[in-house]
Amino acid sequence: MVGLVVVPTPTWYLVLSAVLFSIGAVGVLVRRNPLVMFMCIELMLNAVNLTFVTVGRAMSDIDGQAIVFFVMVVAAAEVVVGLGIIVSIMRRRSGVNVDDLSELRG
Amino acid sequence: MELFVFVCASVMVLVGALGVIFRKHPVHAALSLVLTLFGIAVLFVSQSAEFLAAVQVIVYAGAIVILFLFVIMLLGVDRAEDLKIEPLTGQRWIAGVVGIGMVGLLTAAVVSGSDALRLRGAGIASPVAGENADANIQQLANSIFSDYVFAFEITSVLLVVAVVGTVLLARRRTGKGIA
Repeated sequence: MVGLVVVPTPTWYLVLSAVLFSIGAVGVLVRRNPLVMFMCIELMLNAVNLTFVTVGRAMSDIDGQAIVFFVMVVAAAEVVVGLGIIVSIMRRRSGVNVDDLSELRG
Repeated sequence: MELFVFVCASVMVLVGALGVIFRKHPVHAALSLVLTLFGIAVLFVSQSAEFLAAVQVIVYAGAIVILFLFVIMLLGVDRAEDLKIEPLTGQRWIAGVVGIGMVGLLTAAVVSGSDALRLRGAGIASPVAGENADANIQQLANSIFSDYVFAFEITSVLLVVAVVGTVLLARRRTGKGIA
């Protein structure tokens, strides 16, 4: 640790968030349970939040963190509405598979 | 030191994210999501975004994941999904290729665009122990309540609309129509 101290640059954080975003996207493509798909959407939102904070620090600007705050609020609202929709759909149908939900009519 | 924190938090984030995808049981996926969210919170702290780290733990890990778990138990869907069955043939392979391609493209974009990260703003206050420990919160509050105060007010409207809409959506239908 004395000779060579490697400090993670913003690029490291951005690459990590790119990997996280891709994992979330693959999860949305692969999984068929609507709840798990929602969790994968949360993964992607968190990757974007990490990007905002990293770029905000690299540019030395507080606006990145302010936008992350709003993203969190909107994500919370989105989860609440999405879970409400899932609950009301699942009450009528038994299966938990988005492939069965091919029509909007209740 | 920051390297050590970064490596540990990255391992947390990636293990949790892979757990969300590959765990069969939805409850296990939700718990893996908690691991990822805590890792992100650690990364926020190491980038001197302390307030956002606290909000991350409280809102995401505390509220959203609990909401997920409530819905999983409420619907009784907590039986394991059989990941062996592939609903559309070849979909997994294509999804994997798409994911790897996305990682490659995003990494290339990040590396080639890293020169664009220049100092632009007025600087981010980082808390100094004993002197001004809540500098980050003060600076963020100055930004939100002055520059973005209109967006902040709209946010409150959004939350009220979301709560009312969810109550209407998830309510059981009674025979008397809207009661």
